[in-house]
Amino acid sequence: MVCGNMAGLELLSDQGYRLDGRKASELRKVQARMGVFAQADGSAYLEQGNTKALAVVYGPHEIRGSRSWIRHDRAVINCQYSMATFSTAERKRRPHGDRKSTEMSLHLKQTFEAAVMTQLYPRSQIDIYVKILQSDGGNYSVCVNAATLAVIDAGIPMRDYVCACSVGFVDETPLADLCYAEESGGVSSLALALLPRGGQIALLQMDARLHQDHLDALIEAAMTACKGVGKVLDEVVRLHLKEVSVLTGE
Amino acid sequence: MLKSKTFVKKTRAGGVMKIVREHYLRDDIWCGSEICAECKQESAVLQTDASIESDLCSYPHYVIPDTNVVLHQIDVLEDPVIRNVIILQTVLQEVRHRSAPVYKRLKDIIHEQEKHFYTFTNEHHRETFIEREPGESANDSNDRAIRVAAKWYSQHLKKAESEADGLKVVLLTNDQGNKQKAEESGLLVYRFEEYIKSLLGNPELVDRLALSNDDKHDITSSKVLFPEHLHLSRIQAGIKSGTFLQGTFRASRDNYLEATVFVQGEGEDSTEVLIQGLQNLNRAVYQDLVAVQLLPRSQWVAPSSVVLQDEGAAKDDNEEDKEEEDEEKSLRISAAAEAARKPTGQIVGIIKRNWRPFCGMLNLSQIKESTRHLFTPADRRIPRIRIETRQASTLAGQRIMVAIDGWPKHSRYPNGHFVRSLGNAGDKETEQEVLLLEHDIPHQAFSQAVLSFLPKMPWAITPEDMGRREDLRLLTVCSVDPPGCTDIDDALHCRELDNGNLEVGVHIADVSHFIRPGNAMDKEAASRGTTVYLCGKRIDMVPELLSSNLCSLRSNVERLAFSCIWEMNHKAEIIKTRFTKSVIKSKASLTYAEAQMMIDDSTKNDDITKSLRGLNKLAKVLKRKRIEKGALTLSSLEVRFHIDSETHDPIDLQTKELMETNSMVEEFMLLANISVARKIYDEFPDCAMLRKHPAPPPSNYDILLKAAKSKDVEIHTDSAKALADSLDVARVDGFPYFNTLLRILATRCMMQAVYFCSGMDSDFHHYGLASAIYTHFTSPIRRYADIIVHRLLAVAIAADSTYPDLMDKQKQSALSINLNYRHKMSQYAQRASVAFHTQLFFKSRGILNEEGFVLFVRKNAIIVLIPKFGLEGTVFFDAKDKAGPNLHFDEEGPTLKVEQHTFHIFDMVKVTISLDASNIQHQKIRMSLIEPVISGVSVPAPDVEPLAKKPKLDR
Repeated sequence: MVCGNMAGLELLSDQGYRLDGRKASELRKVQARMGVFAQADGSAYLEQGNTKALAVVYGPHEIRGSRSWIRHDRAVINCQYSMATFSTAERKRRPHGDRKSTEMSLHLKQTFEAAVMTQLYPRSQIDIYVKILQSDGGNYSVCVNAATLAVIDAGIPMRDYVCACSVGFVDETPLADLCYAEESGGVSSLALALLPRGGQIALLQMDARLHQDHLDALIEAAMTACKGVGKVLDEVVRLHLKEVSVLTGE
Repeated sequence: MLKSKTFVKKTRAGGVMKIVREHYLRDDIWCGSEICAECKQESAVLQTDASIESDLCSYPHYVIPDTNVVLHQIDVLEDPVIRNVIILQTVLQEVRHRSAPVYKRLKDIIHEQEKHFYTFTNEHHRETFIEREPGESANDSNDRAIRVAAKWYSQHLKKAESEADGLKVVLLTNDQGNKQKAEESGLLVYRFEEYIKSLLGNPELVDRLALSNDDKHDITSSKVLFPEHLHLSRIQAGIKSGTFLQGTFRASRDNYLEATVFVQGEGEDSTEVLIQGLQNLNRAVYQDLVAVQLLPRSQWVAPSSVVLQDEGAAKDDNEEDKEEEDEEKSLRISAAAEAARKPTGQIVGIIKRNWRPFCGMLNLSQIKESTRHLFTPADRRIPRIRIETRQASTLAGQRIMVAIDGWPKHSRYPNGHFVRSLGNAGDKETEQEVLLLEHDIPHQAFSQAVLSFLPKMPWAITPEDMGRREDLRLLTVCSVDPPGCTDIDDALHCRELDNGNLEVGVHIADVSHFIRPGNAMDKEAASRGTTVYLCGKRIDMVPELLSSNLCSLRSNVERLAFSCIWEMNHKAEIIKTRFTKSVIKSKASLTYAEAQMMIDDSTKNDDITKSLRGLNKLAKVLKRKRIEKGALTLSSLEVRFHIDSETHDPIDLQTKELMETNSMVEEFMLLANISVARKIYDEFPDCAMLRKHPAPPPSNYDILLKAAKSKDVEIHTDSAKALADSLDVARVDGFPYFNTLLRILATRCMMQAVYFCSGMDSDFHHYGLASAIYTHFTSPIRRYADIIVHRLLAVAIAADSTYPDLMDKQKQSALSINLNYRHKMSQYAQRASVAFHTQLFFKSRGILNEEGFVLFVRKNAIIVLIPKFGLEGTVFFDAKDKAGPNLHFDEEGPTLKVEQHTFHIFDMVKVTISLDASNIQHQKIRMSLIEPVISGVSVPAPDVEPLAKKPKLDR
């Protein structure tokens, strides 16, 4: 409905190209580095197109703060999401603590509680801090992807990579990995976090209206996209391992 | 799938914001040519044998037009001769920003396979992408992008040249600078005019060329006739500060030197500003959005009552001016004399032109060799247009279409170009086309994009459909329609249930099953809004495969339907209502007459007849109940032409007859509509599409009351019920036709019924049907509103899915505005079509004498209705050229005293009817009085045997 609007942008051309020249199912360019900070237990920097995020992991360590947080059978995951004041076109007033960030923190927590093998670390806590340095759509998915790498860098066992990707629905076609221009075009979109090997969904989030007939197609497209992201992350991890093993002389 | 190779950032600084966007470049964008072996395209669009005979390019070639060529010369590009064209993404995007209609036409061309138009996504191609250089304007950079792409194409095709004989690309541009630069870089480049003129064998294309700015000086003298239009920014500032007003320009139909500008004020109040004189009109054309400046109060004038038509032919401009000055002077004098002055202004600028192609005819220039001619549009509110053509002699006497290109300030008339010929004036086909165009009725063949959404033939009901629908194939369903009807959208059944009650079903074609929301076919249907029925022609809203086949509930075939099924007792009280999607198999398609005969024939006793009798009985009860509630039965005469099967000329006129079965079908359709309206309103109080008929304001009834009073009959108009009752008892002895005439008058008092969205309005009442709520559900093949209602109902019973626009009351409301407009226009077109056929009929008949009744009395004329033909005409008592008789008009009666005789409403008169063909574009029926005899006014009765009267128009 949106793309038919003459005044707006044509999100998907008749030739099948999107605003930035990608085809419907193509992802943006993903680049990542692991172990960017020495002090943290694990860290990673990830770019997905123009969205850039930094993730840092501390832990597992003893519970800090209230003792009531303690879980005797597993570790607690604490997530904090924030956006740099310079991350958007207009300078942000509050980098974190607003409603959106709180919600995003909660989503991240849920995602990683599903993926990290928390039962191995009873009575302890894992902190994941993610910061968006530049925002160009798909903030949630980029955070998840960056955090996955950071968790791996910290050496915390996970069931699988957690890969996330957003998908929008335009002209009866699902578009993978939306950029900001597409997201703000009023497209119904959903974000999905997947454990690619088993195909389990760690989180599915959507707050737009979409007819349920289209939902399956959209989820299908999102899963394919997530698997694509998964491959890239896997390469990054392997490359990082190679570099590290060369350095340590193993 | 190849991923992006290079990665470039595109920065756009707009305002203070800095927007950064990614721009991926690809090398998997193919060239689209058949000869290219390098590109791995699946199906090539551009042909190897791309020849078009041309003086300039004797070799096969592809054409790349630039943006301005597409924007201005789309008329030419649409011609089937022009094929193998490469439309660059840059061009497509720019067209999209600049003109929505041209963009749509361009997309339609691209979709058409025979045209071989290929869209090349040059901005994402690695080798044709360019970055905007510092200091380069957007236009220049686009031009450069076009050149780079053209260059790439010429080199790319050269590589593949082995087999093809020198296939080349030709860049077409009208921009001097662009052309020069292109030539420098070794491209083949021509001006569009040059190229089109060089095409052999297609001289008529030249006439369709729009005049570009460079050509302007050829056509006009240097004298400045009009004040300069203000720049848009100054207009906006002026509107803001209140010195200017913004409004729609409405030219006067009768006086070409006068117009009004309709200024929409806040809320309800809106004003009209009078504009007089050519200078003040300042090149505005009917329907333009303009800015006006009010003149000082001392210069205000009153609208003149003079009829002035622009008669000046394309003579020497100077001579003409003098004449006009005289005309204007006389206008002012006559105007100044009157007291009732109105706000008067002058037009200072045009905010938005609202030009469309106009229909009309050519006035040949006096100079024989001249190629410049004036074109007179059929619509009198449009000024005449100067066009250039070499085929004037062929075009004379034809109806043609002309588009305006511009109106320079030193030209008396706007400049335009010939678009196409519609055919000879007076031909049925041609006149029909004119009628459709002038009423803005979309009537082109459906585009490929639309047709692509049709179901594939042979079509059959799939088991899935069957599973989701109720199987009603065994019911005795039949349809009753007028003879010759091919788009049958309703069918009925009635059967007795075991408990003694009756089950009645109305089955409506399930069009929404085939037309899915949002696709091209849906959009087309929404824009057409309704099927238009003209005499002997139907303009479909949906493609014929649907309207006359898959959706038409013909007999003995299985069809998808949307059924509304009631359980009723014998008093026609509804016990239960349900709606379901179903599959039916109609047992018979009957005409009204056939159905009537079956009901009346007591020997018949089959299922169909029984079903019909049951329906008929219930319908009578329903009708009685409806009338008791105050529904109006109004009357308007509808005529039917008997059309000669060979020449398609009308040979006889007959008023339509109504039978019991007509009202039988109607009753059940009304009932279904009301039931559905309730259901969708209950389910979606915010976004149900309903139809209302507002009660007319009391003043509307004045004419009816006065007319009735003149015959000592009392009419009550307090409520619909009172009106209906008093109409029923209104009779005058010895005047059987009186009641019908009253009802015709009452019809004229009514308001228009309109569609609306329930969330946007609070008054739902349907006055004419005396129903609290109403909608249209029963004719989805020919009305788009019904499709929306079907979708709503389907969602309400969980038979189909919804979509956002359906639940959006703003969008629904916008849609209903379009539907109301289309509906109104289709009615006007229908009337115009009847009028045209009436003219044809009288043309063949010569002069006739008929009896008629006075329907209205005006200041200088009476309007006479001829019941035999359902024809209305005006008898004027004042003639233009000679002194009129002594007239005295009394508004109270209303009566008109002509010399000694006084005319009242409903008087019986005798008139002659003939065709006035003196103005070939506006032929009309002329009536003159025979009886009562008034010396100097009435004419002697001519012999009824046609005098050997040759019709004047043989063209």
